[in-house]
Amino acid sequence: MTRSRALGTLAALLVLAGLAAGLGYAPPDAVQGNVQRIMYLHVPAILTAYAAIGVVLIASIAYLGGRNAVWDRVAAAAGELAVCFIALTLVTGSIWGKPTWGTWWTWDARLTSTALLFVIYLGYLLLRSVVDDRERAATYAAVVGIAGALDVPIIHFSVQWWRTLHQPATVLRPQAPTMDGAMLAALAVNVAAFLCTFAYLASRRYRLLTLEAEAASRAWR
Amino acid sequence: MATGGTFTREAWAVFRKDLIVERRSKEGANALAFFAVLLLFLFYFALGPDRDRIRAALPGLFWLAFLLAGLLGLGRSFALERENDCLDALVLASGDKGAVYLGKVAGTTVLMLAMEVAFIVGAGLFYNLDLWGAIPRLLAVAAVGTVGFAAVGTLFAAMTAQLRAREVLLPVLLLPLVVPVLLAAVRLTEAALASEPWASSPWWRLLLGFDVVFLVAGLLTFEFVLEA
Repeated sequence: MTRSRALGTLAALLVLAGLAAGLGYAPPDAVQGNVQRIMYLHVPAILTAYAAIGVVLIASIAYLGGRNAVWDRVAAAAGELAVCFIALTLVTGSIWGKPTWGTWWTWDARLTSTALLFVIYLGYLLLRSVVDDRERAATYAAVVGIAGALDVPIIHFSVQWWRTLHQPATVLRPQAPTMDGAMLAALAVNVAAFLCTFAYLASRRYRLLTLEAEAASRAWR
Repeated sequence: MATGGTFTREAWAVFRKDLIVERRSKEGANALAFFAVLLLFLFYFALGPDRDRIRAALPGLFWLAFLLAGLLGLGRSFALERENDCLDALVLASGDKGAVYLGKVAGTTVLMLAMEVAFIVGAGLFYNLDLWGAIPRLLAVAAVGTVGFAAVGTLFAAMTAQLRAREVLLPVLLLPLVVPVLLAAVRLTEAALASEPWASSPWWRLLLGFDVVFLVAGLLTFEFVLEA
């Protein structure tokens, strides 16, 4: 438990440092001004969501490989957090879009594909909730978790070709990032803060799922 | 793992079984074709009598109809297996479960293609459009798109068929996943209707890639779904 508490404390400190870096240390954007600061939440949120989707994929494959309930609980915890972080991405993107693009929502490529991811993983959680049998729920969820992750790149390209307004990626791309050093540092702190928060929340959710499973198996006896 | 010959034979047996059931009952094809024609009417009422509007919306209408009718077809494909516990027999049958999967995908694809032909012909007749020259190209897109839809759909329908909330769950799980098929197929259908050159279109690669990725994923995971 102390390890989990240490992770939680680290996450909280990093979030505070991230807020300070994003709101204070980083300079305002040359064109967008202070509105741009929401990027320090928006970009870490989507990167964390992708990490969560990756965890769902790996845990799903591992579950199908050995039918170990541990992996199912890892996938369940990560799946819930994936939905949370995708939702956070959509909300922060919307708040940024209103003053910048003049609209809360537009059918831009990356908005659309993120919205699709949101719906896919919401369906994933729905599937988990409607199947009564634990092993069946775990197997079905694992298959959907794998299919959903396989669809991520396909959706990305299809929607990209379909239409794009969004500015091209500035961090995850082959060339050097086109960003001020201070901004990049603030972003890096926030990414670390989000990933730590994700790890902490996932570990707590995992613990809760384990306790629930234990309680359920005791009730049977 | 079965050898190549047995695998094909097993897949063929499942496919043939579905076709025979279909030929004798004619429930699926009739219901699907009727539903497709009904959609033709509904689309017309929704869009009004303006032929240009219908013509402009036609590629989208085609694929909306195919997806909606396809959902019905998928639900039916496994409702069939649930009756008289046929699914248990498929689970117990020796051999590769991937063969069962391929057989079911093929069965659904053929059933959907029959419905799609009915819809395209019906659209030509009822909307008074000259689609006849475009039919070979339309069928080519329909076939490749339908395989992708059936590949994911069969995997998911096998799951949801066993659940209480299947009517809601199948569309909720399946439709967001097949959005790439919709996007690619609508673009290719547009090109087919306009008789544009399309061989080098990136949408073909996307559609074929989708088919391959999800056929392989289905082959590898169907066993788990069936035995869960």
